[in-house]
Amino acid sequence: MSLKLPIYLDNNATTPCDPRVLEEMLPYFAEKFGNAASRNHPFGWVAEEAVDYAREQVAKLVNATPKEIIFTSGATEADNLALKGVFEMYSSKGNHIITCTTEHKAVLDTCKHIEKMGGEIAYLPVKADGLIDLGELEKAITSKTILIAIMYGNNEIGVIQPIREISAIAKKHGILFFTDATQAAGKIPVDVEADGIDLMAFSAHKMYGPKGVGALYVRRKSPRVKVTAQMDGGGHERGMRSGTMNVPGIVGFGKACEICMNEMEAEATRLSTMRDRLEKGLLQMEEAYVNGNTDHRLPHVANISFKYVEGEGLMMGFNKNIALSSGSACTSASLEPSYVLKALGLGDDLAHSSLRFGLGRFTTDEQIDYTIKAITETVLKLREMSPLWEMYKEGIDLNSIEWAHH
Amino acid sequence: MAYSEKVIDHYQNPKNVGTLDKSKQNVGTGLVGAPECGDVMRLQIEVDETTGLIKDAKFKTFGCGSAIASSSLATEWLKGKTVDQALTIDNMDIVEELNLPPVKIHCSVLAEDAIKAAINDYRVKNGLEELVLDEKKH
Repeated sequence: MSLKLPIYLDNNATTPCDPRVLEEMLPYFAEKFGNAASRNHPFGWVAEEAVDYAREQVAKLVNATPKEIIFTSGATEADNLALKGVFEMYSSKGNHIITCTTEHKAVLDTCKHIEKMGGEIAYLPVKADGLIDLGELEKAITSKTILIAIMYGNNEIGVIQPIREISAIAKKHGILFFTDATQAAGKIPVDVEADGIDLMAFSAHKMYGPKGVGALYVRRKSPRVKVTAQMDGGGHERGMRSGTMNVPGIVGFGKACEICMNEMEAEATRLSTMRDRLEKGLLQMEEAYVNGNTDHRLPHVANISFKYVEGEGLMMGFNKNIALSSGSACTSASLEPSYVLKALGLGDDLAHSSLRFGLGRFTTDEQIDYTIKAITETVLKLREMSPLWEMYKEGIDLNSIEWAHH
Repeated sequence: MAYSEKVIDHYQNPKNVGTLDKSKQNVGTGLVGAPECGDVMRLQIEVDETTGLIKDAKFKTFGCGSAIASSSLATEWLKGKTVDQALTIDNMDIVEELNLPPVKIHCSVLAEDAIKAAINDYRVKNGLEELVLDEKKH
């Protein structure tokens, strides 16, 4: 079989909708179009039944009960609802939230907003491997702390935070624990009971479901967690998220969860095997480094820095044929490289030289072979063109040079 | 962001990549930018001592496609010019020739700075006064 180009290796950004998911969704656009809140006729009943079934499928994936699943428009909305909703609901208890510097912008920007509303946020640093320090976490807790918000798996480097240890600390201090599991749910076993999670955001389009639908898990027992609604209206989703249900999206989300659950074990093994092969192939080159902890990492993610070449320039060498992301943004508006990589303590030079690989359900061995070859060729070519590489080869310490910063 | 045809062509077939002997009296070297900013350009000129013309120009660049293309184009334009003529190359000429979008204008500024830094290096080596250059905003 000939290799079809372009190759998609940006599955952390979004995943294609699985054909099995799409098939399940299709009847709910034109034929079974009812409003799930229409209680008095068959059109509504059919839609409601479909939503109920999907809610079960979604709940099952994370070992929750269906009533604990609040459907949203995606993980960003779920992050907003969790953080702002807890901040408002528990304001009599305190105004302090602990998060970390490598969280997704949907969490960090929401925290910034909460600061303007009078909240206090502690941003924990991460260690060089991307994991938080549990001692630091415990030290950051104050009598005003109401919530710990630490992500499950990181979207740029794939590192998995010590969720059970974090939730144990939260429980010990009587603080709620929220996790953004957008990258982890559906990829690795996520169990809200065993993991001790009180609130959790996740999204369909990162697990081969449609865009525009996600969920917030809100614990109902020990403790019973409540959030203040951020969207007012008809009181849908137990009053926590008003708005007409996105029935086809929710049906697709449910199916996506079911497939992920059934195939997770085999798929995680397949992906980590391919990812490791990709990494091994690329690390044949000198001065190439993996970013983040490799023992606690999502199976489908790799983040590699190729020293002395710039990420955007590097991608240009193959981005017609291979789709992936770079930690570098070379624009006059933003000369800042990835804040996640910088949080690991990477120098700007290494952060500018990074590529993020997100493998997925439809990634093949053949595609990995092609990718190793194409990227190796481009890195070698650009290094021949790089003054920094030449200096490195001549034994010049780049830090000894007085660069003209602009 | 889509790159222009010309940027892609320079990226794929860069002109004058390489290194000149910087210890030679008639070679001027300019090294501008910083690794932390995501682009570093090194541009070199070799001046023919009898004619005063730039007989060779080489570059090496660490940076995005636009930075590579800007420096590649600059070396092409430098060849055959006198040192004084080379000083008149303006970054906006590069922007126009390569159709650089606004977010990539700093790449052309860097190329102009590299040209001027190389010329200054050459001037100082040859007992000429160092030119005071206007700092363009990157």
